Order: sequence, then structure tokens, then C-alpha cells
Amino acid sequence: MLVFIARRLMMLVSVLLGVVTLVFFLIHMIPGDPVDIMLGENALAADKEAMRRDLGLDQPLHLQYLNYLSGVVRGDLGTSLLSRQPVLTEILSRFPASVELMAGAMFVALSLSVPLGILAAMKPRSLMDALAMLVAFLGAAIPSFWLGPLLILLFAIHLNWLPVNERGGLEHLILPALTLGTALAAILSRMIRSSLLEVLGEDYIRTARAKGLGERRVILKHALRNALIPVITIVGLQIGILLSGAIITEFIFDWPGLGTLLLQSIHTRNYPLVQGCILFIATVYVLVNLLTDIAYGWADPRVRLK
Amino acid sequence: MVDAKAATEMKSSSFRRYISRTCMAILVLFVLGGILAPWISPYDPHEISLQDQLAPPSLSHPLGRDLNGSDILSRLLHGARISLSVGLLVVILSGTIGTCVGLMSGYYGGWTDSLLMRVVDILLAFPGLLLAIALVAVLGPRTTNVILALTVMGWVSFARLVRGQVLSVKEREYVLAARSLGQSDLGIMRHHILPNVLSPVIVQATFSVAGVIVAEASLSFLGLGAPPGTPSWGSMLSDGKQVLLEAPHVSIFPGLAIMLVVLSINLLGDELRDLLDPRDVQKKHLL
Repeated sequence: MLVFIARRLMMLVSVLLGVVTLVFFLIHMIPGDPVDIMLGENALAADKEAMRRDLGLDQPLHLQYLNYLSGVVRGDLGTSLLSRQPVLTEILSRFPASVELMAGAMFVALSLSVPLGILAAMKPRSLMDALAMLVAFLGAAIPSFWLGPLLILLFAIHLNWLPVNERGGLEHLILPALTLGTALAAILSRMIRSSLLEVLGEDYIRTARAKGLGERRVILKHALRNALIPVITIVGLQIGILLSGAIITEFIFDWPGLGTLLLQSIHTRNYPLVQGCILFIATVYVLVNLLTDIAYGWADPRVRLK
Repeated sequence: MVDAKAATEMKSSSFRRYISRTCMAILVLFVLGGILAPWISPYDPHEISLQDQLAPPSLSHPLGRDLNGSDILSRLLHGARISLSVGLLVVILSGTIGTCVGLMSGYYGGWTDSLLMRVVDILLAFPGLLLAIALVAVLGPRTTNVILALTVMGWVSFARLVRGQVLSVKEREYVLAARSLGQSDLGIMRHHILPNVLSPVIVQATFSVAGVIVAEASLSFLGLGAPPGTPSWGSMLSDGKQVLLEAPHVSIFPGLAIMLVVLSINLLGDELRDLLDPRDVQKKHLL
């Protein structure tokens, strides 16, 4: 197990190094002079020079790269151009809102997909199955940037049940979490269905039925527990959908998370903050994947040997 | 018992045929609408008429007017042109690049493979749209940059798919035979390996068109796609979001268009997968 973790950590380091390198070069991909773009072409030459020095853009490329790398290792992602605060401080102040949104979405996804998956698997190829899978199919096809406005129209404007915009109590979380969680719910319910169907063909299920257990007990106690093992590991890998989907959902609902911070910094050309947000989101994603891998390796010894 | 089962099979297969025909019809409608947009759209999609701002659907403007008073149907038709052409172009580009990389990676193995797969791993560390957002953020919101960004993001999945296929195909007898006959690496890849790994690539490409259409619309929705004023489905939805209260029709129609196209492509992709790989059908029906 330790060897497995060590090997995964080595891979993690090489991937992260690549990610940092790519993010570093982003600012150099800006067509033209990045300082001109950030300050506007009519800015004073002295101001431009000062900014160039601040961002280290007057140094040779390899020194800039080494400085950036050593900064990242020390947790210094630079300074935001507008607020003059450290980039990491700004990111960390927005992160809890994103985590709240993603946790809400995950809750929505699981509480929709588990019942749907079970209903569909109990009678495969029945009307119930077809209906459940139709819901899953529609859920996967409906883009979040359309679902969000539709939910606002229905629940906030017509029925006036729920508030929109701003973060607040639980009632503020419901619509954004539904918007973000639906696609994941659709994927998971198809997965739970097929995983459960596979388990239901096992011998121990036949035994459970043969000894006279009710269908409810067979499914909930015997089948579901085993069917959920592969699903749980996949949930970890799907965090990427939530991380990236959160950017769109936060934009729809003006949710004050990392996604809106990224978009604001893009629109104000606050490039150090843009770089910081992208690096942060990618790092979180890579770390969650690592944890999932380790959990999977711990649960299933065969994985470790690969 | 057997007859009943056969009857259900037949019923379900005729139902599937009906569904795929409907999807095909929807897609043909959108493709024709997009191609013929300049000739068939009833009004100029850029026409501004502020006194008719947000007019609801009517006989002369069946889908209503938007914030600038432009005809939504005309914008939707022109939007189909953008969405579908970006979708096709990105998939052709990323599919070609990904297939070439996957072929080389799988065929040569060794350090070529490790190097290329490291690059793939690094690009995969950016979840979903993040890489495309990052690239468009620095390159500027323009349709060509969107195509570039989505291609950079998209080739990776093709490369991984092809590499996996090549690894299993390259050990087959006919490849060994070709090699012992002295055929060049390029020749073997082109004539013996590529044709045998192509069908999953085609299936993947079909699904990717839908994915790219959604990605392009997402970028436009976030203000990172086509420049303002361009009639793209995503930016139409973004405009609609601001006037959701007064004029829901501005949001509803472009969203419906995206969903219909994506749903049709995905259902056809499912069908195509079954057609190209008949061995899987039995298995899939059991699941």
C-alpha cells in the first residue's frame, strides 16, 4: 500500500509541475504586451515600467519561471492587481462558497440518483426503468446554463418559493445546487442501475431470495451495499464536473465563489488572479483524484498491483 | 414465452428505429437551417429596433424579439451555423490530432509514449472547461480562439482512446505479418492499424460534436466565446438571463435548440455504437 501511495505521489508531483508550467506560460501567451493589455495602451510609461517590474516581466524568461515556481511552492501566487491583496488570500476567501455549492450539488446528485437507479434496476426493461432512464437522459442533455434560468423562472419568479442570487441560508442554496447537481445525478443514476443489475445476478442474492427475504431487504441490505462500491469511487472522479460546472452555475446565480472570482478577474484582466484561480482549481482536482485513487486502492487490492 | 420475448424485441427495435429517425430529422433540420440561414431567415439577425425590444412571440416574429429588438428566429438560424460549424471543425481537428498522437504513442511505445502520455496527463489535470476558459482568457474572445482552445482540450480523449486500441491491435498476426514482409512503420500504421481502430473513434467523434456544441455555448454564455453581438446560442442565453423576469422567451428558445441538437446527436451516437460494434449490443441490453 505504501509503495502504491508513493508511486501515485511521484506521478502527482510531475503532473503538478506540468500544470504550474502551463499556468506560468499563460501570461506569455497574451498576444502583444501583457502590461499594455492590463493597464491600457494610454497608460504612463512610468506606470507600465513599475508594473513590469512588479510582475517580474523585465527579467529573463528562465528567471521569471524559477521565481514563479519557488513562489508557488511557498504558497505565494502573486498579488492581485486590483485589491493589492495576495492572490491566495483572495482565493481562500472565496473557496468556502464554492465548497458549499459543490457539497449541495453532491447531495442533490446522490439523493436523486440512488432512488432512480434502484427503481430502474428493480424491474429492468419495464416502464418504470424506461421512465427513470428517460429522466436521466434528459438530465444529462439539459445544459446547466439553461436549466438554471428555467429553475429561476419556475421557482423564484412564477411560484415565488425560493430566492435567487446571493449566498445566504439553505433556501439560497437549493436552486444553484439543483442546477449543478442534475448532470451528475443523471450520470450516477445510470451507473447505479448497471452496477445494481450486475450485483443482482450474483449467487448471494439468489441465496438471500431463496431463504425467503423480502425484495426490499434483498435490494437495500444485500445488493445496494455492494453495488455502491464502484459508484463511490466514481463519485470522486466526477468532482471535475462539479469544479468546472461550478464556474457556470456561480455565474448564473451570482454565487460569490471561485468561479465568479475567475470570471471577474478575466474581465478585469487581472492576470495574476486568473493564473492563481486556474492553478488552484486544477490542484484541488488533482488532489481529489489522488485521494480517490488511494481510497480505491485501499478498498480493492487488485488496483494496487497495476 | 419465446414469442412474447421476440415480440418485445421487435417492438423495442422498431421504437428505436423511430427514435433515431426523429433525431436524424431534427439534425437535418438544424443543419439545413444553419447552412441556408442567410437566405431563409426572415429578418437580419443584427437588425436593431429598440421600440420593439423584447416583444413576445407573434405571427410576424414567431419566436419573439430580444433585447435589441432583433428577431430571435433569425438569430437562432444564424446561431445554428456557428454552433454546428464550430462543433464539426473542432472535432475534425482534435480527432485528427488525437488519432495521430494515439497511433504514435501506442505503436512506438517507449519514451515517445511516456512523453506524450505525460502531456495528456497534464492537460487532463484541468477539469472540464477550465483549460479552454484559461486559453480564451489570455487569447481574447474570438471564434477562432474558441476553436483553438476547444481543440487543445479535445484531442486528449481521442489520443487516449486510440492509444488503448493500438496497444491491443499491434500484437495481432496481420501486423506481425506486415512487419515481417518489410512494410514501413508508417505503412503499417496507415494500412493495418488505423482501419482497425477507426470505429470507436467515429463513435467518440459523434459524441464529441455534442460536447463541443455545449462547450462553445458555455463559453459564449460566460462572455468568453464569440464577440458581443454575434448570434451564438450561448450568448443569446446570456442576454436572456438579464431579462428573465420580463421576457422568458429570450432564454427559452436558444436553450431548447441546444438541448434538441445535443439529445439528437447523443441518441444517434448510441445507435451508431451499436451498429459499429454488434458484439456489444447483447451485453448492453442485459445491463
